[in-house]
Amino acid sequence: MNKINALIYFLAFSSGFCIMGIELLGGRILAPFFGSSVHIWGSIITVFMLSLSIGYLLGGKLSTRNPTLTKYGAIFFIASIMVIPIVMFAEPIMAFIFSHIEDSRYGSLLASMALFFIPTIILGMISPYSVRLLVTDHEKSGQVAGGLYFVSTLGSALGTIITSFYMVLAFDVNDIIKTFAAVLGALGLLAIVVSQLSVKERAVCLES
Amino acid sequence: MLRVLIWLVLIMPFIAQSKVIHKERSLYRNILVEKNADLLCLKFNEKTRKSTQSCMYQSDPKKLVFNYTKMTFASLLFIDNPKNVLIIGLGGGTLSNTIHELYPNAHIENVEIDPAVIKVARDYFDFVETDSVTSKVQDGRIFIKRAALKKQKYDWIILDAFNGDYIPEHLLTKEFFAEVKSVLTNNGVVAANTFSSSKLYQHESATYFDVFGDFVNVVTDKDSNRIILAGFHAMPTEQQIAERVKRLTPKLAPYDVDMQLLSEHLFYTKGNQDWPKDTKVLTDQYSPANLLNYQ
Repeated sequence: MNKINALIYFLAFSSGFCIMGIELLGGRILAPFFGSSVHIWGSIITVFMLSLSIGYLLGGKLSTRNPTLTKYGAIFFIASIMVIPIVMFAEPIMAFIFSHIEDSRYGSLLASMALFFIPTIILGMISPYSVRLLVTDHEKSGQVAGGLYFVSTLGSALGTIITSFYMVLAFDVNDIIKTFAAVLGALGLLAIVVSQLSVKERAVCLES
Repeated sequence: MLRVLIWLVLIMPFIAQSKVIHKERSLYRNILVEKNADLLCLKFNEKTRKSTQSCMYQSDPKKLVFNYTKMTFASLLFIDNPKNVLIIGLGGGTLSNTIHELYPNAHIENVEIDPAVIKVARDYFDFVETDSVTSKVQDGRIFIKRAALKKQKYDWIILDAFNGDYIPEHLLTKEFFAEVKSVLTNNGVVAANTFSSSKLYQHESATYFDVFGDFVNVVTDKDSNRIILAGFHAMPTEQQIAERVKRLTPKLAPYDVDMQLLSEHLFYTKGNQDWPKDTKVLTDQYSPANLLNYQ
């Protein structure tokens, strides 16, 4: 496996980790306004599944238009920025929804939408885009997709357990989310830098 | 093998005595109503063990069974004639029934997240509801937030939403207590049934202190829960307490609540804080209460 492919797998792993970490903390974020009844998880999981499904569609579409590692990095970078409002505006957004909607089912659904819909769509774009970057031979496309899902879902599993077992004991919810955002942003930049370097390398090769 | 048999024969009568008379699976848990001779108990069933929520002597329903229920009445050493009572966490409805009998004119609002618990309380534990005694299916946090928006006030708020195994973590944070404080009248009191062991004790104390200032721990028996009394305007003088004990003793005797005993087991935290100064306060951002409870 070449270095760039390894990097793509690592990034997909990290995005899986962050998605589930954020989803898990979603329960914590909503509880002060909407309680901890079973429908809170209903709202959160619905919104995450819905946005991931849309993200897969958009990511797949985007991957047909001249896919590059730079664009891939840009997805991470945008995701990182979209996660920040969860930290900055969760409180006023939930307070507003709380005072306008009595039923905590629809309140929590709307709040989950407002907080998690956009960042999760962006994060959902990563999987199909990764597959496009990794596949070189269509006979192996299924195997590549399988490997990619393996890595990103493993990331999700670890993101879930590490966040819920250990991180909440040591850190504030917002600090954990900020860390996820920082990691996504840094990985995005890394991908962009690596992409630019390898383009240069190739240009040098062609010249000589 | 023989030993097992002998053991089985020995414990047989005890097993036979305790009989499940009602079982119900709710959204949150399995609920059992168990009858053991004269004692009727509401239990939540977790696979490995049952945690008892509420019990009643059928021949003497007034008589309170649990120590922590009795300790809750230490609140009455801090307030006179509660008019608006809020109870978060219904259980068998014992507190509500007792307070209603003591103060028939008081408005009592019970908030319980699990509709099945309310049903069982009505069907098996004679939970009384009237125009002034109501119950509502809602998360306690949401109820109090809405009450604050409507500017409702209560002079006695009882927090009893923790069962033995699980703590709703959003009901144990600084922000929640601030909301509780905002619906408490100037001369009101908050009584919370809480933990007396585990690492959570310190965090909980620090959090109460952060919002309410110095508070009172009611502990009559080292091994049982503690009741935290907080939010009162000023610590009553010894004379006030003595007067209240005198007045309340006959009133509470039928419930097997010993006001004299309670008055001797009030531990005011002023100058006597039993948690480290740097204990982390629990907040909506940091509230791993269940994890801390195991440490």
